[in-house]
Amino acid sequence: MKRPLALALFSFGIALYCLVPFLWFVLTSLKSSAELTATPPKLIPSFHLGFYQSALEKYGLLHYIGNSVIVAGAATLITIAIGSLAAYAMARLQLGWTKFYLMILLAISMFPQIAIAGPVWSILDRLNWLNTYQGLVATYIALSLPIAIWILTTFFREVPSEIEEAALIDGCSRLQALYKVVLPLAAPGIFTAALLVFIHAWNEFFFALIIMTDPDVQTLPVGIALFPGEYTMPWGEISAASTVATVPLILLTLVFQRGIVRGLCAGAVKG
Amino acid sequence: MKSSHRAALLFLLPSFIFVTVFSLFPIFESFRLSFYRLILTLPWIGQKPIGWQNYIDLWDDPVAMESLFTTLIFVGVTIPLELLFGLGIALVLNDVFHGRGLLRAVVLIPWAIPTVVSSQMWRFIFNDRYGLINFIFFGGDVSRYLAPLADPHLALIAIMAAEVWKTTPFAALILLAGLQGIPDDLYEAASIDGATAWQKFRHVTLPLIRPALLLALLFRTIDSLRVFDLVFVMTQGGPADTTNVLQFYGYKKTFAEGMIGYGSAIAVAVFLMSLTFSLAYLRFMKTSHHEGMTR
Repeated sequence: MKRPLALALFSFGIALYCLVPFLWFVLTSLKSSAELTATPPKLIPSFHLGFYQSALEKYGLLHYIGNSVIVAGAATLITIAIGSLAAYAMARLQLGWTKFYLMILLAISMFPQIAIAGPVWSILDRLNWLNTYQGLVATYIALSLPIAIWILTTFFREVPSEIEEAALIDGCSRLQALYKVVLPLAAPGIFTAALLVFIHAWNEFFFALIIMTDPDVQTLPVGIALFPGEYTMPWGEISAASTVATVPLILLTLVFQRGIVRGLCAGAVKG
Repeated sequence: MKSSHRAALLFLLPSFIFVTVFSLFPIFESFRLSFYRLILTLPWIGQKPIGWQNYIDLWDDPVAMESLFTTLIFVGVTIPLELLFGLGIALVLNDVFHGRGLLRAVVLIPWAIPTVVSSQMWRFIFNDRYGLINFIFFGGDVSRYLAPLADPHLALIAIMAAEVWKTTPFAALILLAGLQGIPDDLYEAASIDGATAWQKFRHVTLPLIRPALLLALLFRTIDSLRVFDLVFVMTQGGPADTTNVLQFYGYKKTFAEGMIGYGSAIAVAVFLMSLTFSLAYLRFMKTSHHEGMTR
């Protein structure tokens, strides 16, 4: 077999592997009730939007989306603000203890959730922060900071320090040098880090599950995981809600894939 | 220099506070609580120090031992498959010229899907009546349709399939970064020496992406030890505890049964397993020169 042909076939196979399972779920969301329960399953739907309507009206999809936007948005903004400060210090002062701090952060990012879940729950309980946005946001900030600081440090190191030294000589304070000179120059890196933090917060389930037991404040993943239905699952509505939860992420990923790949590799690889 | 030191400390302080309150303190607290008897449903016994008793109970708990075994099988089966598929995808991505960007974007899709969504998705694909898998294997013959997630022999396999699908892209990206660091002239030299494609793979590619392979292996192992979402959504640990992985068992004991002390012992056990791999990873980060990985 000719090499280009083999490559094309492999590429096609990979694309099928990655796309078909999710595509099947999207097609399911576009079926009518009768098509959904047809056995054997019907492959091509009639592009009905009934399940979307019912997910919005009967299952309060918008309300879960709102909670997710608030939690993931706030967590991203604060993580990037706090993370940039820390990463700037790490990038400019490469001392023994800053390296030690980076290593501690890396170790923390590998903790299994269950190892800290109980005490995190008790802390939030004592603060009266269970079932509040700030409770989950604070947890997400702590969970995302290690990876955000790692990625941001990598990007800040690439900003030549001469430019900001000039700013310092011109009378800028360190903080001014950071947000007037370094942040604009490192903007693509900051955006990448923000994107990764947002995706993580948008997708996170474990802590959302234990902290948000009140449906009023639950995020989208909890809503999708706990979809009500004992004997017959409302698959149409589940697939509709899943599609709504996923399509924005897929679009973000497609548009910014270059940065995401670079950020993931910086997070995993750079030492 | 002194003032910039003080500034650096100030800059690090907010991050340090969050990490201390929500990660470092909790891990110490989990260790401490694992030496107490503390049960939320029995508040009158209070917080009673009982030494190593929780760990002794854990050792004698057949469900915990099965859970450990299930977790090890899960890790032991999914990781090699992820690396194998990941390597295949990375090799293709490294070679494709037309539409490489598009293919790489497509590969990122399983990674970007929320785990809860992919869990529900696979639960539906394995559904006993409307599932795609049954349709593929048995066509219209509904009488032969299986219920994999209710079958003690199939449930874990189904969950492992869902995990491999979702996490292979990440392995592929790390391996791709490794492949892209291999200089082209090595392949040209091998071609001049008359090496076949397999020989080039065996003697050039494989040795040079070993660091990337090791990195992906450690990273994925640490991550798959904390599998939870798939189990929670697809099987709730069943049927008959066959998919009851450690993190799910710890969650059940702590948050469903309120056994804080015993749950903490499970948490510490999972933590120590993960720590072993994390230390290996940190060591690797320190010693390796990222051959073929610097960009």
